[in-house]
Amino acid sequence: MKKIILAAAAALALSVPAVPSSLWAASEIKIPEEKWSFNGVLGKFDRAQVQRGYQVYKDVCAACHGLQYVAFRNLADLGYNEAQIKTLAAGYEVDDGPNEEGEMFKRKAKASDRLPKPFPNEQAARAANGGAFPPDLSLITKARAGGPDYIFHLMMGYEDPPADVQMMPGLNYNKYFPGHQIAMSKQISDGLVTYADGAPNDAASISKDVSAFLHWAAEPKLEARHSTGLRVLLYTLMFTIVAYLFKRRLWKNIPH
Amino acid sequence: MSTNTSTEKSAIRKAYEWHEARLPLVNWLDHNLGTKYPVPRNLNYWWNFGAIAMFMLGVMIASGVFLAMNYTPHVSLAFDSVERIMRDVNYGWLIRYMHANGASFFFIAIYIHILRGMYYGSYKPPREVLWWMGILIYLVMMATGFLGYVLPWGQMSFWGATVITNLFSAIPWVGESIVTLLWGGFSVDNPTLNRFFALHFLLPFVIVALVFLHIWALHVPGANNPLGIDAAPSDKIPFFPYFVVKDVFGLGVFILIYFAVVFYAPNMLGHPDNYIKANPLVTPAHIVPEWYYLPFYAILRAIPDKLLGVIAMFGSILIMFVLPWLDKHPVRSANFRPVFRVFFAIWVVNAVMLGWCGSQPAEGIALILSRIGAFWYFAHLIIVLPLLSWLETPKPLPVSISQSVLKAAE
Repeated sequence: MKKIILAAAAALALSVPAVPSSLWAASEIKIPEEKWSFNGVLGKFDRAQVQRGYQVYKDVCAACHGLQYVAFRNLADLGYNEAQIKTLAAGYEVDDGPNEEGEMFKRKAKASDRLPKPFPNEQAARAANGGAFPPDLSLITKARAGGPDYIFHLMMGYEDPPADVQMMPGLNYNKYFPGHQIAMSKQISDGLVTYADGAPNDAASISKDVSAFLHWAAEPKLEARHSTGLRVLLYTLMFTIVAYLFKRRLWKNIPH
Repeated sequence: MSTNTSTEKSAIRKAYEWHEARLPLVNWLDHNLGTKYPVPRNLNYWWNFGAIAMFMLGVMIASGVFLAMNYTPHVSLAFDSVERIMRDVNYGWLIRYMHANGASFFFIAIYIHILRGMYYGSYKPPREVLWWMGILIYLVMMATGFLGYVLPWGQMSFWGATVITNLFSAIPWVGESIVTLLWGGFSVDNPTLNRFFALHFLLPFVIVALVFLHIWALHVPGANNPLGIDAAPSDKIPFFPYFVVKDVFGLGVFILIYFAVVFYAPNMLGHPDNYIKANPLVTPAHIVPEWYYLPFYAILRAIPDKLLGVIAMFGSILIMFVLPWLDKHPVRSANFRPVFRVFFAIWVVNAVMLGWCGSQPAEGIALILSRIGAFWYFAHLIIVLPLLSWLETPKPLPVSISQSVLKAAE
């Protein structure tokens, strides 16, 4: 029995990286799996990668996509220090008020502010995007089957439509988008951004970096979850083994 | 103890006896879950799941209370308050993932517990009322799980609530009024969310009360056992310490798997669409309930007529109330009923297949299989079981548990 338990625990531990993010693979489009630093029992975000991903978000995605559940102070998770976060936040203006005169006013963003939204409301967003509404990205990797793998392949999945596909006006063909016709045009290309750390900036690397960043935005407690989980599982395993040994000894002389 | 003579009791002992004479709480526990509750010695590990289910009920109530402290039942704030729990509340992510996956593992434990009862004939005389209490618990669990899934106010919450509440509109005459009552208005909206939250908080305590009745009904005849024959007093050993320790070990194995999912695949059993805030104007491509309802959802959709589909779906659970009279074979344990055993296995596979059908769009092969599966679900219960009650010749039963146990030990 002990062997069975140990084998089961080992099998569980080993099978974790292969566990799908959701059993509901809603679309019939197969999404290839990528290697991510945050996969696996001890997986962590690669600080340099998520910082690069934030740069991509800030310089490219943020023009149309919000990140409403992320505050500037949360960027400390990515490895930025307090001063850097204050400087980053001060680059944005947010609405505040009313002040003592009863007037609304603009002020520089603080670390406690959420990242400002690109459009004041859905109607404004649609008006600026040919009727399409760019979704908020705070939870995007958890809200799509395939998670960060899907986001990565979506970024890279723009192709010329097959000859037999009749494209709707204003839409773009994408191999991985459900239905293949997506309002967003191809955004990421080789050399789109230049990284301060000199990391490769081909389209695939940029897509990978921004997908990793978005997974952090969706699941900011992932590292705490992984490290707490390992301790909880080890404790439970030891507890269970002790309980088994106790049970075996207690039942030794009881035919059953 | 030995240092205290009967004339020289410690102050604690005296206080304990004083209290016990007025409210015999410890004595009551000892009789019901302690040394004075005799249990057949031959129970196997399938008998662990009752205790495991009780533990999960405790986990759900404990984690649920803390979630309720941080949750806002309002259509424009519910989704945001869940995200606040996930991001800003200390260990909120852990409590929420424990609760969301805890529901799944509660159902896993309950399904194993139910199937164990069906395999070993635990519903047969004299345990019919015990079986009824179990079905009631399961029904309230299903209601509670459904109500809880609506609370995060994601897309699947909203559309699941819309689909399931709409089922009641199939009831002739009063259907529409019932739906209006469930909604608190003319669509799934803020009043719906408010009453669902109130009921989701209430029903677990109804389950606790039903668990009391379930255990009470268990202790009248005592536990069934893998041989399915009545246990003589000499076949029994006290619940404490023997089965308490065995249950603790089984629970350890179970929560090992539970924690592996909570910490390493917390969204595996959920639907990605529920991380999209509810939008009454956008219908998801494919509305599916939580996995534990899928076989019943498949039965619902297998039947083209809405009212008949609803009747079949609720009937598939309510029919379990008369299971003790559909299967009147005098032998309880399937171990001695080779034909029943095969049919039971087919029925379980059929139910799993129905679950798969429920997860697929209701078309093509999934629809055909769900019709065959729904037919067989009922045919097994209504036709096969009564026939086997008449026709099946069981294998010879052992004279007693002791005889069987001792023979196996040799």
